[in-house]
Amino acid sequence: MANPDTTTDPSLLPDDDPSRRDVILIAAGAFATIGGAAMLWPLLDQMNPDASTLSMASIDVDVGPVEEGQAITVMWRGKPVFIRHRTAKEIEEAKDVKLDVLIDPFARNANLPEDAPATDANRAATDLEPWLVMIGICTHLGCIPKGQAVGDYKGDYGGWFCPCHGSQYDTAGRVRVGPAPQNMYIPPYTFASDTQLKIG
Amino acid sequence: MAHPSTYQPTSGFGKWIDTRLPFPRVVHDQFMVFPTPRNLNYWWTFGGILTFMLVLQMMTGIVLAMHYVPSADGAFDSVEKIMRDVNWGWLLRYAHAVGASMFFVAVFIHTFRGLYYGSYKAPREVLWILGVLILLLMIATAFMGYSLVWGQMSFWAVTVITNLFSSLDSLIPGLGTTLVEWIWGGFAVGGPTLNRLYSLHYLLPFVIAGVVMLHIWALHVPGNNNPTGVDVKTERDTIPFHPYYSIKDGFAIVLFLIVFAALLFYVPNYLSHPDNYIPANPLQTPPHIVPEWYFLPFYAILRAIPSKLFGVIGMLGAIAVLFIVPWLDTSRIRSTSYRPIYKWFFWLFVITCIALGYLGAQAPDGWYLFFGRAFTIYYFAFFLLIMPIVGLIERPKKLPGSITQSVLGSQASKPPSPPPPGPDDREGLA
Repeated sequence: MANPDTTTDPSLLPDDDPSRRDVILIAAGAFATIGGAAMLWPLLDQMNPDASTLSMASIDVDVGPVEEGQAITVMWRGKPVFIRHRTAKEIEEAKDVKLDVLIDPFARNANLPEDAPATDANRAATDLEPWLVMIGICTHLGCIPKGQAVGDYKGDYGGWFCPCHGSQYDTAGRVRVGPAPQNMYIPPYTFASDTQLKIG
Repeated sequence: MAHPSTYQPTSGFGKWIDTRLPFPRVVHDQFMVFPTPRNLNYWWTFGGILTFMLVLQMMTGIVLAMHYVPSADGAFDSVEKIMRDVNWGWLLRYAHAVGASMFFVAVFIHTFRGLYYGSYKAPREVLWILGVLILLLMIATAFMGYSLVWGQMSFWAVTVITNLFSSLDSLIPGLGTTLVEWIWGGFAVGGPTLNRLYSLHYLLPFVIAGVVMLHIWALHVPGNNNPTGVDVKTERDTIPFHPYYSIKDGFAIVLFLIVFAALLFYVPNYLSHPDNYIPANPLQTPPHIVPEWYFLPFYAILRAIPSKLFGVIGMLGAIAVLFIVPWLDTSRIRSTSYRPIYKWFFWLFVITCIALGYLGAQAPDGWYLFFGRAFTIYYFAFFLLIMPIVGLIERPKKLPGSITQSVLGSQASKPPSPPPPGPDDREGLA
């Protein structure tokens, strides 16, 4: 697409390569586009969690003082983590649930493969069955469910009840009544001993 | 509407500037002698009221920003400091907070007026779309402004609304979570979130002001619609904007300010939630999260749909559907006053919006949930079924022959009738 003016411009001889201007035009446009796109990324990426936020990645918790039937809440990455010392009755109830009645069939356990089924064994701490460690945020719209304090209403399944839109969770933190779509997430954690918990 | 310029610069400076930046000419042609239908009623004064409110919100907002501390640790205390220590701080903050409510009162009336009189129909589609865009920007701005108080309701409103984006996880796993953490600047709502909301809350009003200018430009190309929906046919159908409508708009602003002042000075917290006077606590969700009143209808739609993703789609769709209203309405005439069937559906739609507003503040169970769903269905059926179908099957009432005839009756059609006071005085007024 030669510019018609070039035919009358003495500085551009007719035998000059007719695509010379096109090359310059395309190259200039391409550099401007790539440069603009390269600048756009820092402008967008600056909003992602910064280095100081990422550095708060793990915490240590001594769960020794938490008696059977009690629960504590700790903060990890700005989120509440529920740590519940479950009673034998609560464990039995969680184990008796058939997987096909669950709304979300996956364990949502960061320590297990993504497709691990939501059995109680996959939800509770490995070899430390009474302990349930999970992020205490309703998977619907992010409210904090009730059920940590002794007097709280825990819903029909004895676990947690979200006051915002009525979701209910069982004693393994699995959603049993919607609108929440998923079981509460289990963060990456390890037990260094029976009472030393490291989250993150 | 497009009309030949009648501006005659008289002073030496007037002539000098007219050939360099003809701003006085634009003001004269577009806001002084602008030909305006002679039959506009008081529902047409809300455009002026809205312009006034935008300026007022920007003025109070800019001075509040001089005292506000945009950080998770300092925000709540700085708002209390504004209320107690800053000179006139209580007045400025209450004017800004109540002003936001009054702004939405006006914009809802303005929108319903456009719907009732068919102001979105050709050739005003772009005008209407720009208006819906302003409504969306206002919603975003108001939401961000409410979050800045950093009380319990602020914090949990931000948590719930930003978590709406995580519903995208059910489309592409991980997409929603990535997006939400990008919005938060962390793994939960926190200080970084507050700072960016503050930055955008300061920016968006200026974007709104820009779109308002386009909105007025798009209004001044075809000119105003009017209560009959009949096009302007002759000059006799119009009167100059100034002084006729500048006075009328001014009087309406005074009436509007009386209501505003009554709320501001006697019940400044009537429309807000007491829980927002509790500092934000990320470990405790309030027992009952409700948004500000102007978001309640949309919140009711969100909760009426028993699926996270479709609830979000429904809530956003409730506003998005407005964008295509010009093409959903199949009626040949504009004004609902001449549409005997559609009129009933229109008023049922108004009742639906008010009912959804009421239901948005109730717990979503039992009858509340049932009616929330019923009204949500009607909300969308009104746009997607009733607008196209009724427009085709309805036989409208006879329209007046002209705007002048609708005002003066049959006498307007008699040639020797005395000239109406408006158009013929135009030169003198200009």
